[in-house]
Amino acid sequence: MLKVLNPVFFSTIQDLGRFGYRSMGVPVSGGMDALAVRKANLLLENQPNDAVMEITMTGPTLLFETPTYICLTGAEMAATLNNEPIKNHNVVQVKAGDILSYGKLESGFRSYLAVKGGFLTEEVLGSRSQYFPVTAGKKLLERNEISYFETKRYDALISDPKLENHFNSNFLEVEKGPEFMILGDAQLAELFAQEFTVSEKNNRMAYQIAEKIVGHQHTIITSGTLPGTVQLTPGGKLLILMKDGQTTGGYPRILQLTEASICTLAQKRAGDTVQFKLV
Amino acid sequence: MLQWPQEVNELILADILAFVEALKSQDRSDWEYVPSYNSVTLISKSKFDFEQEKKLLLDAYSKRDGHQNTTERHCWQLPVCYDSEFALDLPMVSEKSGLSEEEVIRLHTSEDYLVYGIGFLPGFLYLGGLPQSLEIPRRDDPRLEVSPGAVGLAGKQTGIYPQNSPGGWNIIGNCPIPLFNPKLEPPCFVKVGDRIRFHAITKAEHKLRKIESEVGIYNLNKTLIDA
Repeated sequence: MLKVLNPVFFSTIQDLGRFGYRSMGVPVSGGMDALAVRKANLLLENQPNDAVMEITMTGPTLLFETPTYICLTGAEMAATLNNEPIKNHNVVQVKAGDILSYGKLESGFRSYLAVKGGFLTEEVLGSRSQYFPVTAGKKLLERNEISYFETKRYDALISDPKLENHFNSNFLEVEKGPEFMILGDAQLAELFAQEFTVSEKNNRMAYQIAEKIVGHQHTIITSGTLPGTVQLTPGGKLLILMKDGQTTGGYPRILQLTEASICTLAQKRAGDTVQFKLV
Repeated sequence: MLQWPQEVNELILADILAFVEALKSQDRSDWEYVPSYNSVTLISKSKFDFEQEKKLLLDAYSKRDGHQNTTERHCWQLPVCYDSEFALDLPMVSEKSGLSEEEVIRLHTSEDYLVYGIGFLPGFLYLGGLPQSLEIPRRDDPRLEVSPGAVGLAGKQTGIYPQNSPGGWNIIGNCPIPLFNPKLEPPCFVKVGDRIRFHAITKAEHKLRKIESEVGIYNLNKTLIDA
């Protein structure tokens, strides 16, 4: 068991997502930075879809009651195991009674914690990704206990891999969305020539951009949306839907982020800048 | 995403659903489909070849009419309590529409609404076919919290809030039957293309139906629709 001693801000259990229920309005969910989820699982030789912990902005304090091996990826938050610093991308042995805690956010916004074999929370509709009200809980709470398999001995595939973080760039690669053609010259110039700031309104559902561009009068009939869909409101606000985002929407979909760029954006926080780049 | 002409039209939705049926008859377990009004969004779990996929879609579209329709369409009879305890905006709707409260309820329960889409929240139905006299604009100030099951009116739409959420619709009643239950498979019994018919119930019956549905013994009334 993993015991949550102090949940701090916002941590959830995530795998690669809940597929097959979007026609009933259920968002896909899953790790916001899917690349970091895959990396962590790969380094531990887990299955790609094994459940990990997604830790946002500041990290919790966690007590391991069963021996295992862990790997951290994504944002760097000065993690320590029994007060000894541990590095991202390294496979680290954990003994019963060890305490993992986090310090200052050094890079990125979302950190991932994987254990050997994945976290074994309840699967709902084919996924362990926490999304209320599909799963009972919204996020990890104090005294929550999460089970995982015991692993006493494991030789890591690679020791101390030198991996660059994949989210350092502030370019977001985008494709044209279904309503790209509603954009006039003024809006196109604004979209691709300037840097934008991530606003305070950012979460697993959507990221709002602080700056507005020229608005519009176009209406569309409610239609499908995806993680990475960039909507433009009549007032000129840019909304980028993320993993818990609604499955349909009524605002024009002007751009679509690539999978890799969704991961990049997932590591940005309020005040960070991004720039759209058409591919 | 595939798109049909930009209009809300039952025939367009029927054409989209026939196409999705034709697609589902093939082995395509990596795909999911989100039909909504005049479009269908196709989402693949894995990488695919665009040209090959395009050919396959055109082929399925050409075969949509000859395809044996295997999905049954239902009209679901859903109970709604229009009592003032739930119908927070019924007096206002009555005033704005110039209809008596009884007339609003009679009109609201007189149509088989078509489910044009499911989205926004798990189990949220986009219903079409609202009588014109019930078209009331959204509230000027949205409520921070609307209770689960709240039945609302907004513009050309009527619908049920599946869970606690903020909302700007005019609330005229409450449906005690949850439209989304993650413990069931499928978690939402309604499909796009089905119809919904509301009928008025008393406060006492609302309480009873709510308990029945919580313990899983509520019997949903439905009728088969000829496609």
